[in-house]
Amino acid sequence: MLSRTAENLYWLARYVERAEYLARTIDATLRVTALPAAYIGKTNEWDSALLTAGVATSFYEIYEEANERNVVDYLSFSADNPSSIRNCIEAARLNSRSVRTALTSEMWDTINSAWIELQEVWSKGTSTREDLAKFLRFVQETSLRFDGSAYRTMLRNDAYWFSRLGLHLERADNTARILDVKYHVLLPEEEHVGGPLDFYQWSSILRSVSALTAYHWVYRETLKPWLVADLLILNGTLPRSLASCYDNLTRNLDQIGVAYGRQGPAQRHARGIRNRLEHSNMNDIFQHGVHEFIQEFISDNSRLGEIITKQYLI
Amino acid sequence: MAVAFDEMNIPGGDLRPAYQELARWLKETPPEALEYRRQEAELLFRRIGITFAVYGESESTERLIPFDVIPRIMSGKEWTLLEKGLKQRVKALNMFLRDIYHGRDVLRAGIVPDDLIFQNPVFRPEMNGQQVPHDVYVHIAGIDIIRVDANDFIVLEDNARTPSGVSYMLENREIMMRLFPDLFARHRVAPVERYPDELLSALRSVAPNSASGEPTVALLTPGVYNSAYYEHSFLADKLGIELVEGRDLIVKNNEVFMRTTEGVKRVDVIYRRVDDDFLDPLTFRPDSALGVPGLMSAYAAGNITLANAVGTGIADDKAIYSYMPEIVKFYLGEEPILKNVQTWRCREPKDLAYVLDHLGDLVVKEVHGSGGYGMLIGPAATKATIEAFREKLKREPEGFIAQPTLALSTCPTCTASGLAPRHVDLRPFVLTGSKTTTIVPGGLTRVALKEGSLVVNSSQGGGTKDTWILDE
Repeated sequence: MLSRTAENLYWLARYVERAEYLARTIDATLRVTALPAAYIGKTNEWDSALLTAGVATSFYEIYEEANERNVVDYLSFSADNPSSIRNCIEAARLNSRSVRTALTSEMWDTINSAWIELQEVWSKGTSTREDLAKFLRFVQETSLRFDGSAYRTMLRNDAYWFSRLGLHLERADNTARILDVKYHVLLPEEEHVGGPLDFYQWSSILRSVSALTAYHWVYRETLKPWLVADLLILNGTLPRSLASCYDNLTRNLDQIGVAYGRQGPAQRHARGIRNRLEHSNMNDIFQHGVHEFIQEFISDNSRLGEIITKQYLI
Repeated sequence: MAVAFDEMNIPGGDLRPAYQELARWLKETPPEALEYRRQEAELLFRRIGITFAVYGESESTERLIPFDVIPRIMSGKEWTLLEKGLKQRVKALNMFLRDIYHGRDVLRAGIVPDDLIFQNPVFRPEMNGQQVPHDVYVHIAGIDIIRVDANDFIVLEDNARTPSGVSYMLENREIMMRLFPDLFARHRVAPVERYPDELLSALRSVAPNSASGEPTVALLTPGVYNSAYYEHSFLADKLGIELVEGRDLIVKNNEVFMRTTEGVKRVDVIYRRVDDDFLDPLTFRPDSALGVPGLMSAYAAGNITLANAVGTGIADDKAIYSYMPEIVKFYLGEEPILKNVQTWRCREPKDLAYVLDHLGDLVVKEVHGSGGYGMLIGPAATKATIEAFREKLKREPEGFIAQPTLALSTCPTCTASGLAPRHVDLRPFVLTGSKTTTIVPGGLTRVALKEGSLVVNSSQGGGTKDTWILDE
């Protein structure tokens, strides 16, 4: 297929995944900030939301204060934020238009309808909490529909695999970023371990990656920080864990390699990351330093993006 | 202006045969049901994303072309005549183009004046003496046809560069079949759905000799911001060919390749929807980022077919148009089946004087214009507009032609106050391959939705209709 087509499919999936993640982040932050101050401590949750979205620097160029109104606006609708939900959906639609021939009509319909809906929400604004909640749900549903229609209607060929690569790479990045920002509350040796404060922080983390229920099913335990970290990093059954993302990334890259009859640095690099995840356990990670581990992962992951781009997309 | 020819009603109260069943159906169908389906059609168009951009408006403006759900109907007999006329016209256009870039018999015989060719900005000296594969220049022609009476079809314009609109022909039919299955069951409508197959075979048939047995065809688009982008992606999809932009193509050793995830792959035929000027920055506009550097040298080397060929704009020229009846006779030795609209060439002083005296009654068009941009419709224009146009015309008379204001035929159309006649034209699409010329029965009917308006261009608020050719 055309390199540009592959590139567009890859970014299309990334944008949709990012939009969903932003919606979840806002949603989780709204919940935690609705609690009485005694439950959440002194951290500014809106500030962490900006950090996990990776847009804190650009935010402060425009706004003075990270409060609900400013952050929700910046993450959802701002035209100045290149990765606001609105810009993600705009970009997703532009990408879809460029590769319409490679999309199934169901996928196009999902993106196009979302874009039409977005124009309406955008022009009316979300003045109430209810409007906002509705909008955030709509973004999450769009991503589910997009993912579902890709899964159910696309031919299993390179077009599908490139789209999956974008999705899993973005997903891994998102999960890693939230861990990066919140790692301090996951450290077992922190003094207030187990206090109500952390309980809400942890459940907020899990909620933003839609893993709260999953946690209980996997561990059948009350919320424990190292288990939260284990779930998000190493647990191969949770679709948003780093391990799962890399299972998928290596599989999809291998499928491309087989179809094209050759492989290259992208396949090797992805396998390397996957091996490292496979041979890690939480004890080692905590010894080595969660923060360092995550930072290293984020840079390895973005390196994979660059390698894929060089090998296939340009 | 004469009374317009009504395609449905015969003066005196009778119906033309092709419309009888439709009239019966309309009588049985309550207006609300029609309105409901009209809304449904609009929703479908918006969801499918069949939009176009209007130049001059903000970049993000995407508009729907209004769709009228009442079909325009023609009898099989009428179509047979029209089809014959179209084939004749396009054959002559191709022979004319080959001649202009080779022997120039037509100039020596004095049929067309030399300077109209050589001083024409769309004449491409690069094409002089160049062999184009299978001698086909205009692979895809969109000939705009109007009717003023029951007997004749008149050509309003020949579109020989990159005519658009065929996606609307196909989608209009698709949507009509979804919304009005009952109405189709009561008619025998000739299908249009084989157009993409016909187009692909035509394009494959003109592949250069150096192509492999299975020539690779690609559609070259200027990109998502082009007003006809939807059509480009639609056609690429239906043909099953890659939709490429300039940056996807590279030229090596005078061969054209596309960049793919598996390395580069040779391309043999390019269905290009990019104008000549933007095709190759090394030959034409150096500032063009839409084109492919080196494309013209690959073309000269005979390793790529461009459809349509470079330099076909000369046949698109509205001053050349005025010579078409003589051109048809010259090459084919036949009387032209399709008529021309009477045309005054403002480059000729006698004609110019007449035009300046009658500006209020005439339609004045730019010779290279298209899309309804930059024209004067005398009877509908204000005094000030006419005076401004007069100055323009005096300054650059060779840039214009004038025609009488024709009463385009009308068809019943949904309006705010119920069904009413509105003016229409028709653009059939003529495909020329190495051996055959084919036309899918029908074409794109454009309709001027405003009462009394004669401008059917989508950029000027026109709409479209499904066009039915009855299979008798």
